[in-house]
Amino acid sequence: MYVAVKGGETAIAHSLELLADRRRGDREVAELTVQQIDQQLSLAVDRVMTEGSCYDRALAALAIKQARGDLIEAIFLLRAYRTTLPRFGVSEPLDTSRMLAERRISSTFKDVPGGQMLGPSFDYTHRLLDFALLAEGERPTAPTAPSDTSPELPRVGDILQREGMLEPPPAEGSGEDLTRAPLTLPASRPVRLQNLARGDEGFLLALGYSTQRGYGNNHPFVGEIRFGAVPVSFQPEELGFAIEIAEIDVTECDMVNQFKGSHDVPPQFTRGYGLAFGHAERKAMAMALVDRALRAEELSEAATSPAQDEEFVLSHSDNVEASGFVQHLKLPHYVDFQSELVVVRALREAVEARRRQAGLSQAAE
Amino acid sequence: MPDGAYNYAYLDEQTKRMIRRAILKAVAVPGYQVPFGGREMPLPYGWGTGGIQVTAAIIGHDDTLKVIDQGADDTTNAVSIRRFFARVANVATTTRTSEASIIQTRHRVPETPLSEGQILVFQVPIPEPLRMLEPRETETRTLHALAEYGVMQVSLYESVTRHGRIAKTYNYPVLVNGRYMMSPSPIPKFDNPKLDRNPALQLYGAGREKRIYAVPPYTSVKSLDFDDHPFEIETWSECCALCGSSESFLDEMIVDDSGKRLFVCSDTDYCEARRK
Repeated sequence: MYVAVKGGETAIAHSLELLADRRRGDREVAELTVQQIDQQLSLAVDRVMTEGSCYDRALAALAIKQARGDLIEAIFLLRAYRTTLPRFGVSEPLDTSRMLAERRISSTFKDVPGGQMLGPSFDYTHRLLDFALLAEGERPTAPTAPSDTSPELPRVGDILQREGMLEPPPAEGSGEDLTRAPLTLPASRPVRLQNLARGDEGFLLALGYSTQRGYGNNHPFVGEIRFGAVPVSFQPEELGFAIEIAEIDVTECDMVNQFKGSHDVPPQFTRGYGLAFGHAERKAMAMALVDRALRAEELSEAATSPAQDEEFVLSHSDNVEASGFVQHLKLPHYVDFQSELVVVRALREAVEARRRQAGLSQAAE
Repeated sequence: MPDGAYNYAYLDEQTKRMIRRAILKAVAVPGYQVPFGGREMPLPYGWGTGGIQVTAAIIGHDDTLKVIDQGADDTTNAVSIRRFFARVANVATTTRTSEASIIQTRHRVPETPLSEGQILVFQVPIPEPLRMLEPRETETRTLHALAEYGVMQVSLYESVTRHGRIAKTYNYPVLVNGRYMMSPSPIPKFDNPKLDRNPALQLYGAGREKRIYAVPPYTSVKSLDFDDHPFEIETWSECCALCGSSESFLDEMIVDDSGKRLFVCSDTDYCEARRK
């Protein structure tokens, strides 16, 4: 009569097996290697590293493979691994003016010291499906100019800043780390930036877009976007000076925004900042727009739009948190639902009784 | 999974220490939500990461763990969490309430009365009882500091005026030790009276929201109400179809296409013990 609809160990085990089977797909088709994902789905790897807060191409590629290409699931896998790693210190701040840039553009000046480089970009592709990719066959290597060995590539923002036209970046960083301490509000700008850097690209994209459509507009210009390799330096306590320990690819976006000035500050341009691992311009730009929008209060602007609402943005940007909580609705809730059934039935009975009573007294009249 | 690659009970010792400090503070200030550096767990947020971190921080080789979801030991997520601890903490597990030293739960308090020395760990989705009335953390923090809970009383009053009774059924707000308003997590209000002066320690973990709070043994936990609308719990006219209990929380099941219903205990261990 009564069959308990409850999944036991066996059901879970079978589900896991089936998942692994589906991940592999048709055995007639060659299995993907992690190297292939790293090399040929490199922008997916970049996104997983950025939102997973862990710069490791091989692990990110593995996560993508394990997650069957579900990037949010891959980000979750990488984060859950990252959290178990020991921390041996904090690196020196990246100096992106030392970047070996592969791409660098500015939309505020026709020419900038160091020049503009398009680099590899989707920007001017015509979005026509390239059926040639269906066929196998090697592609010739793209010709490249000898790399510019000039060590410094000054940032456009720094040039504007010298003139006093653009506010300087904040001098101090902070030792705060969202992955070790809970978010407290109001948050400092470094914490906000960490939150945004880890935040979901789609969420930030939509919020950044909303500012452009008038929900907290901050009149942005792309001061500069650059992508390339920067050295990571670390100063071991016992050494007393910094040593280079790695080189990582990052995308940096310095957004220049109009600012009419406030009581204390003369009119000048202000900054929104975006930084992402790998090549991720959409993310870096969206992040820069939202960063600037979140500075509304600091710059004495009226904060009336969602993108300017620190608590709203920071509390909902994380896709691992959001994905988990949205999907927890799949878990059984039948106890709560039973409580609701009991009370809704009682409320309905009360209403019915009132109606009957009203009907009776009407009939009596 | 190379289990040897992970520390005992998954979390590293520094993290456990940090969580234990938060727990101690929570016990010292009953009902107060202590922020803690919640970690990313290998299970999804919203699926018990807070409870899992609390359990991981307090569990040891001598413990016996029971995990329930909706009162049952064999619901999938309870099975999954129990499996997790059996794997990473190599701990003995049980389904018997009386045999467990730690009981991690979602949405229920066991029917069998708990005793001194036992710890009940709640999985909490939204730790802030005022959240649905005031979405801003910056505001609710101030309301707690000032013990300014009028907004909740008004909301219950509105329920009375609209429905003729307090229609809140689960996650029913309580006042702990006469000071802090607390969310009992989404347990049915049926379980609220069990929280009051319970001999066991109650720990509440909210992973996504990164908060821990606690109710120490024998602490007063009062469900909010009005003099003319006293707090009351759910009742059923049926009794359990399996064990005949008329005192336990009953789950309702639809057993055929015509909508025929059957009521059984939500607490599987309690029900089984009564049938023996």
